[in-house]
Amino acid sequence: MLRYALTRLLSLSLSLIAASIAIFAAIEVIPGDPAAYMLGLNAAPETVAALRDELGLSGSVWARYLDWASGLATGDFGISYTYRVPVADLVAQRLAVSLPLAAYALALSTAIALPVGLWAAARRGRAADLGIMAATQLGIAVPNFWFAMLLVLVFAVKLRWVSAGGFPGWEAGLGPGIKALTLPAVALALPQAAILARVMRSALIETLGQDYIRSARAKGLSRAQALRRHAFRNALIPVLTILGLQFSFLLAGAIIIENVFFLPGLGRLIFQAITQRDLIVVESVVMLLVFAVILVTFLVDLAYAAVDPRLRRR
Amino acid sequence: MSARPTLIAGGVLSGTVLALAALSLVWVPHDVTALNIAERLRPPGGAYLLGTDQLGRDMLSMLMVGARSSIAVALVAVGIGMGAGVPLGLMAAAARGGWLDEIVMRMNDLIFAFPALVIAILITAILGPSALNAILAIGIFNIPVFARVTRGAALSLWTLDYIRAAELAGKGRARISAEHVLPNIANLLIVQATIQFSLGILAEAGLSYVGLGAQPPTPSWGRMLAEAQTMIYTAPRLAILPGLAIVLTVLGLNLLGDGLRDALDPRLRRAAR
Repeated sequence: MLRYALTRLLSLSLSLIAASIAIFAAIEVIPGDPAAYMLGLNAAPETVAALRDELGLSGSVWARYLDWASGLATGDFGISYTYRVPVADLVAQRLAVSLPLAAYALALSTAIALPVGLWAAARRGRAADLGIMAATQLGIAVPNFWFAMLLVLVFAVKLRWVSAGGFPGWEAGLGPGIKALTLPAVALALPQAAILARVMRSALIETLGQDYIRSARAKGLSRAQALRRHAFRNALIPVLTILGLQFSFLLAGAIIIENVFFLPGLGRLIFQAITQRDLIVVESVVMLLVFAVILVTFLVDLAYAAVDPRLRRR
Repeated sequence: MSARPTLIAGGVLSGTVLALAALSLVWVPHDVTALNIAERLRPPGGAYLLGTDQLGRDMLSMLMVGARSSIAVALVAVGIGMGAGVPLGLMAAAARGGWLDEIVMRMNDLIFAFPALVIAILITAILGPSALNAILAIGIFNIPVFARVTRGAALSLWTLDYIRAAELAGKGRARISAEHVLPNIANLLIVQATIQFSLGILAEAGLSYVGLGAQPPTPSWGRMLAEAQTMIYTAPRLAILPGLAIVLTVLGLNLLGDGLRDALDPRLRRAAR
């Protein structure tokens, strides 16, 4: 297990290095000098040069890459061109909204999808199964940000149960913060749950056809017991795969949905940074998002090995 | 459940959307670039079948032209994904286990770590926002998907006798890939293309919603939703209609994909049950 984890860790590091080079190179091809842009047309050349030094923009491409990459590794993301504060502080503030939102949505969608998939598989071919399959087919087709707008329409505009958006900040307490994230999390979670429930159902049906299930039935377990005790664990592998893949959709979805609810998360930060050409913020946030996806892939690989010992030897 | 109803429902839904989008090239009920404030926020009915928006533009016409941009973006993105991904997948499978296979698969993993939204953000930061960003971002995202599907399906073919026979007959790997492997995985690729097409429609809507896709004055479903958001208290219809258009299109394409899969490959049908 340890050897397996170490190999995966090595491949994680290589992916991170490759990704950081790709992102750095992409931003590097953009013409223009941020320092000159920040100081305006009338700035003295010395002032521009001083600012370039301060922003870490002088030196060769490799020196700047190494500077940026080692900064990333130690949590020093550089200074925002427009806000003139450390990018790390900006990102940390915004992550405090985006990360709980994504985690909340992931938890919700798993909590909904697994029982629903299990239920559909147990009632395969009957009315409940057909109804669930039809509902999930529809759920997959619904864009989450539109679903979010519908939720606002129903719960904020018509019923007036919640406010249409905004975030009070965690200083206001856990309760109000979670309340503000609930509608966005539901909007993110339900379309994802539709996909996950379908995967859960078909994985369960697949395992139900295996010999060991027949043996379990033969030794006297009911269909439902065999499903719960034997099929469930084996069906988790494809479910884990989809969960891992969905994380990147969830993250992207969170960034888009923040716009619907006016949440001060990473999404708002990055879209502002793009319009203000604050490239260091764009670069850092993109790297962070890619890091999150790579990290989740790594964790899913480890989870596979924990669920299925056969995979450790590969 | 038989494949037929799914195939027919999917075909009818996507066919209708495609037909409306194609019709918009030659005719729309009202001009979508002409603003007519006097006619703003008309309810559905009369001269405006689905009413007008906050600038007096006909909703039906906007939706038809929006369908055109969504479909164009998603279709070209599928083209990019297939054009690059399928040859890469075929090459990787032909060189199975070799360094070429390894490189292609590692590149795939790397691109997989960049969600379409992140690619779109990067491209927008470099080139500025345009519909081209959406096409490129979704297209790049599609490449590893097609490469993976192609490689997986091609790998299982390479072990079969008739491919061995072709090798013994002296045909090169590239020629075998083109003449024997590709035709045999075409069905699978058609089904995958339908799935990526519907994902592309969803992604395009998301990107244009956050301003990384089609720019004004080109109508697009995502932008219509973004503009409708401020009007949600006064005219919820403006937010509901474009969303319904997206849902119906994606639902149609998904049903079509499921139906095609069942119709083209009975073996897959049994596995899916």
